[in-house]
Amino acid sequence: MQHTPVNFGSTRAAYIQGAKDALSIPALILGSTYMGFGALVSETGLEVWHALISTAVNWAIPGQIATMELYAINASLFAIAAAVGLINCRLMPMTIVLMPFIRNKTTPKIVYYFMSNFIAVTGWAAAMKLCPKLPEEQRLPYFTGFVIPLWSICMLATFVGYHLPGVLPAEVTMGLVFLNPVYFMLVFLADFTQPGRPTALILGAILGPLTFLFTPNWSLLITGLVAGTIAFLISEHRFKKAQSS
Amino acid sequence: MNGLDSFLSSDFMAPMAALGVAAAVTYFWRGLGVAVSGKMDKDSAIFRWVTCVAYALLAGLIARMILLPIGPLAELGLEQRAGATIISLAVFFLTRKNLLAGVTAGAVALVLMARLGPL
Repeated sequence: MQHTPVNFGSTRAAYIQGAKDALSIPALILGSTYMGFGALVSETGLEVWHALISTAVNWAIPGQIATMELYAINASLFAIAAAVGLINCRLMPMTIVLMPFIRNKTTPKIVYYFMSNFIAVTGWAAAMKLCPKLPEEQRLPYFTGFVIPLWSICMLATFVGYHLPGVLPAEVTMGLVFLNPVYFMLVFLADFTQPGRPTALILGAILGPLTFLFTPNWSLLITGLVAGTIAFLISEHRFKKAQSS
Repeated sequence: MNGLDSFLSSDFMAPMAALGVAAAVTYFWRGLGVAVSGKMDKDSAIFRWVTCVAYALLAGLIARMILLPIGPLAELGLEQRAGATIISLAVFFLTRKNLLAGVTAGAVALVLMARLGPL
């Protein structure tokens, strides 16, 4: 991945730029999604604390919605662990892929173990786009500056959304929840041309819903491994071809 | 009942167990990702494979969330969600990849269709 380098001048400026980038469209859209999530929790009959704790320590909306849905139908703790674990298994490859682009030599490891809690699609996509272009010491600050304000806004939005049902029609709650996958889809379409990505994205988008029809729980794991491996083999083959010619 | 008692009631604690379990399995993947990444060279073939798997997983999840959602969106028909998605894509490309315009158009279309039925 070769990019034109970007330099904000200082780590402080990188934090600020991260916050600026987060506190525009990402915060607006993810904040709206979390309002929808807050409303959903309130309709489930749980307390506002449950909604806030979910956003705080279970950060990443698909797993949060699944947890609430499963709890609402009285699923066992084991069923919840299995389903949420399989939905969120993507976080491991996402973390592995992001780490080399936010790591630096001086930051203690414990910081990464803490910050990994904030890895989710929006912040991940933003960091994957910009961090490889930044000087090493500005990368983690940019990511931190991006995700902490974003998460704070979403905590607030969860709280506000919890108090919305009854104020907002149910259709609007649906619209708020719908914002999220549509936003993610467009974020990936916007950076679609990065090498190696289109095949993985297209195959994943086809296989994801298809496998879900047969095995909802294992669908994502199968999708990731099968579509990812095929995309990998295709791009390696192309790479070797380009090298030999 | 004072404030502390209400936190210890089963109405409060039973969902907490679910949230705790969800948070633990979620963090497990992130923590494991950090641990594994230290041992992986970013120029290696296995790293490129993991990257492909990550993008495939994300695309699979997003497509599934739109086409076969769990949660409140499941109450709508597939044609309503697909219709709103197509409108969102159309506006996104017509506005030269304006994220805000694309997302807003999709959500507004969905709300209208949920209210008025499919267009």
